[in-house]
Amino acid sequence: MRVIAWLVEGTWPACVDAVRTQAPQASDVVLLHVSGPEVPGVAHGAFAGLLGRGHPERDPGDRLEDLGGTSAAQLLEAAAARLGRPSTPLERTGRVEREVVAAAEGADLLVLARDGDRARLGPHSLGPAARFVVDHAPCPVLLVWPEAAPDLTTMPPPPPHPPHH
Amino acid sequence: MDGRAPRTSRPEDRALNTPLAESLSVVLLVAVLAWAVVRPFGWPEAVLAVPAAAVAVASGAISLDHAREEAARLGPVVGFLAAVLVLAHFCDVEGLFRACGAWMARWAGGRPVRLLTAVFALASAITAVLSLDATIVLLTPVVFATAARTGVRPRPHVYACTHLSNTASLLLPVSNLTNLLAFAASGLSFTRFAALMALPWLVAIGAEYLVFRRFFARDLAAAAPPATPAERPELPLFALVTVACTLAGFVLTSAVGVDPAWAALAGALVLAVRALVRRRATPMSVVRAAAPSFLAFVLALGIVVRAVVDNGLADALGHVLPGGSGLPALLGIAALAAVLANLINNLPAVLVLLPLTAPAGPGAVLAVLLGVNIGPNLTYAGSLATLLWRRIVHQHEHGVDLKEFTRLGLLAVPAALVPAVVALWGSLQVL
Repeated sequence: MRVIAWLVEGTWPACVDAVRTQAPQASDVVLLHVSGPEVPGVAHGAFAGLLGRGHPERDPGDRLEDLGGTSAAQLLEAAAARLGRPSTPLERTGRVEREVVAAAEGADLLVLARDGDRARLGPHSLGPAARFVVDHAPCPVLLVWPEAAPDLTTMPPPPPHPPHH
Repeated sequence: MDGRAPRTSRPEDRALNTPLAESLSVVLLVAVLAWAVVRPFGWPEAVLAVPAAAVAVASGAISLDHAREEAARLGPVVGFLAAVLVLAHFCDVEGLFRACGAWMARWAGGRPVRLLTAVFALASAITAVLSLDATIVLLTPVVFATAARTGVRPRPHVYACTHLSNTASLLLPVSNLTNLLAFAASGLSFTRFAALMALPWLVAIGAEYLVFRRFFARDLAAAAPPATPAERPELPLFALVTVACTLAGFVLTSAVGVDPAWAALAGALVLAVRALVRRRATPMSVVRAAAPSFLAFVLALGIVVRAVVDNGLADALGHVLPGGSGLPALLGIAALAAVLANLINNLPAVLVLLPLTAPAGPGAVLAVLLGVNIGPNLTYAGSLATLLWRRIVHQHEHGVDLKEFTRLGLLAVPAALVPAVVALWGSLQVL
């Protein structure tokens, strides 16, 4: 069984724990992290706005790319340690949601965490990226809560009975 | 730096007739800007700018007297700028920006909205005191690393750095090169400049904050892990005390009528000498921190722009520029400055507009600053420069997403600019 865990800053421990408890021991586990290019792009643009400063080696966008790469590698390392069984790290760069869907091709299970606003449970507990991945995943999806799953009391009251005619 | 006498709009003796001289000057200006954006072969911007200025003088597009006058006006400004750049560089060497990261992480505790608030506070303070270069080059990577380390999505916070490097650069003459230029032209004292700009600065930052909270609501509401205890930052006391003394020096020098650039020079020297003594810098790295080629670029650009202004742009813009210092006039001037900054770039825009607005008094000059400082949040470097930059410098990358940046700018620029102009008008009435 090939299991892919999509790991995102902040919510990744829940995904790793889910792989540990839900995936069979013999699974082929891939730990995936995707870095989006937009944030370094913003810094590149801001530096270009500093007309005439020269020193392209001071471009903060490059440093952001390096930092992003380093922090992704650290995240995958920490995740592998937490998993405690053989796994393959996979770092990708590009449009995050599309890269995740592409990476999940041929997998038997994709594990991801909710990435939205969990203060109000409902549609917004999925952010745009997770929403896209859930909608387009080419395999079964295991959607986990980043922290303990909410209990039944968080369910909104049922809608009032429709009036009898 | 005293007020400048209003200049005559045309050079007296010149070899070229006006349309030809104006065309040549415009071609030179476009070439200088294009070169600065593209930087062919990685050569410095001054490599083309200095010869272009020489051509402008040699061809008679600008008279030697005017060129000399422009150089004499820009010289002290450029020196001031060099001192501020050195000050910021050695604040980084002293660990000020690392400490900023640790402070933000501790205070935010992994909560995205609190981190945004911390970024707004620190980026505004650093831009105001150590100039926008410091925020973009030195603070942005720290903010990104802090967000990544604490599990917060960095997008809103990195955007905040880029926006505040412009919007928060209104407060002091040292915050932005455009301010230094306007400061020299306005004849204001350092403290009066700061007093008049304090309210517009606060209002503009507040408007940006509201726009950011709405625009990035999703990212800011997103999950963050339980906070891990952040390391205790080491306090860069020496750098902080030096910066505080430099600020006090600005107030003191302007009170006794000395050029505040000396205070900046003193602060820069203190930190540079300390770094040299502790072997954390070499004389070469001090010179590099002062960015000599940038300084040459600014001087040359000033002369080329002056040629463009003298040969006809002054007359053309004079018709468009609203006169007077009432609120509608200030709004018109700020809007025109913002448009010009977005068409070409804010540096040439301020060089063009200052001589036209300086005779109308400090209100008009400060309104120009509001426009050229807040305006660039719409197009980074001005639309022409941004197009060039994107097509040539970053043509192989897909990361530079101008759509989102522009959408944010379309909301933030008017939201910050209009209330800031009203605040400036209010300050001018009261102070």
